[in-house]
Amino acid sequence: MKTPDHDNLPSEDDDGISRRGFLECMTWAGTGVLWMVNDGLPRSLGLSSAQAASAVKSSPLTFLQISDSHIGFDRPPNTDALATLREAVAKLKTLPGKPSFMVHTGDISHLSREKEFDDADQLIKEVGLPVFYVPGEHDVLDEGAGKLYRERYGKGSKGAGWYSFDQDGVHFIGLVNVVDLKAGGLGNLGEDQLKWLEGDVRGLSASTPIVVFAHIPLWSVYPEWGWGTDDGARALSYLKRFGSVTVLNGHIHQIMQKVEGNVAFHTARSTAFPQPAPGTAPAPGPMQVPAGELRKWLGVATVNYVPGKKNLAILDAPLMG
Amino acid sequence: MAKLLVGRFHRLERLACLLAPLLAVGTVFADDLVVQAADSSGEVKIANFTFAPQTLTVSPGTTVTWTNTDDIPHTVTAEDRSFRSKALDTDDRFSFTFTTPGEYTYFCSLHPRMVGKIIVKAGDTKP
Ligand SMILES: [Cu+2]
Ligand SMILES: [Fe+2]
Ligand SMILES: [Fe+2]
Repeated sequence: MKTPDHDNLPSEDDDGISRRGFLECMTWAGTGVLWMVNDGLPRSLGLSSAQAASAVKSSPLTFLQISDSHIGFDRPPNTDALATLREAVAKLKTLPGKPSFMVHTGDISHLSREKEFDDADQLIKEVGLPVFYVPGEHDVLDEGAGKLYRERYGKGSKGAGWYSFDQDGVHFIGLVNVVDLKAGGLGNLGEDQLKWLEGDVRGLSASTPIVVFAHIPLWSVYPEWGWGTDDGARALSYLKRFGSVTVLNGHIHQIMQKVEGNVAFHTARSTAFPQPAPGTAPAPGPMQVPAGELRKWLGVATVNYVPGKKNLAILDAPLMG
Repeated sequence: MAKLLVGRFHRLERLACLLAPLLAVGTVFADDLVVQAADSSGEVKIANFTFAPQTLTVSPGTTVTWTNTDDIPHTVTAEDRSFRSKALDTDDRFSFTFTTPGEYTYFCSLHPRMVGKIIVKAGDTKP
């Protein structure tokens, strides 16, 4: 891998990352982008793999994020979503650091079919790590509105599949915002889940780092395309008192990053197909890209937590570049 | 002649609404109504994450067919759940026959910003 020829690194401005900077990173065809977030000001740094390796080696907790594998999708720009997931799995095995586990932020399948879940599971287990799932709207299309998903991935979870766990002093929360959606609305957590969340974090000290993951962004990315969660703000209100909150989402098939107070938001790439940047197309369907460039738009992420550091570092690695 | 019949039908229907919807069936225009109903169909195209037309007005007995032309699956789900399709993949269709007058709002349960409405109104003719 070579260092990206990216002479104009986005600069941090007062309100965090600039839009220009964000777009530059998105179209960046180099190696990974490491999002360093310090004191609320995110910076993205182009990384050689050696730099990336040293950045994550000092970290005691590393985990991986994978999203939107859409197994079963077989149309342009990607007629074989299974093949690109296979490449993503290979990529995950080569990423620096020793990850403890992986999160999959939903849309495992395209149409919630048993075979699609089977195929995804076969590949994902090759990573050799425990995997924590949350469902995407494509995973709850069966007659039972997510029954298949819950039988397969929901052991020990509550309600539609939400849960929490602790690892190395970090409290992880997996939320479900893709079921029981209301006409005209956005993603939805619902009363039961919000009540559970409030209770789940009640006993935690404010210095506990929190990582929340859910499929649809919990923040308003672009409501016109349904990219947001109606009651996401209420969920975040329960996390206000915590010094460090990281929210990881999928669904929009592109990297997006925002910091608001104590909360850092991040969305991951898909391993199947990209979607257009907000408002740049008539609809948020698959974005058509030249066949030779598809893998620059697909990718996986590594997340690192260093005790004592307020923010987690997220490394987005494209499948190609 | 046809126009006149339609006009008379409209007036009669208004009266029928006041009494009972089924009254119209018992009139001399019963056959016209049945034929009209049996032949009626409506089409809604799903494209670019929208239902087109967004509002469709049909007469009772009309079968409405939705066709998904997007690369992403969608559903047709009545707000009151009186009808509900499975996930419609590309080019999949879903049909439902509306027998009772009223307004039926529906949405896509995957992308709930996608909303549409079927208005079922007696006495309506095809455009
Ligand atoms: Cu939809
Ligand atoms: Fe997706
Ligand atoms: Fe999604």
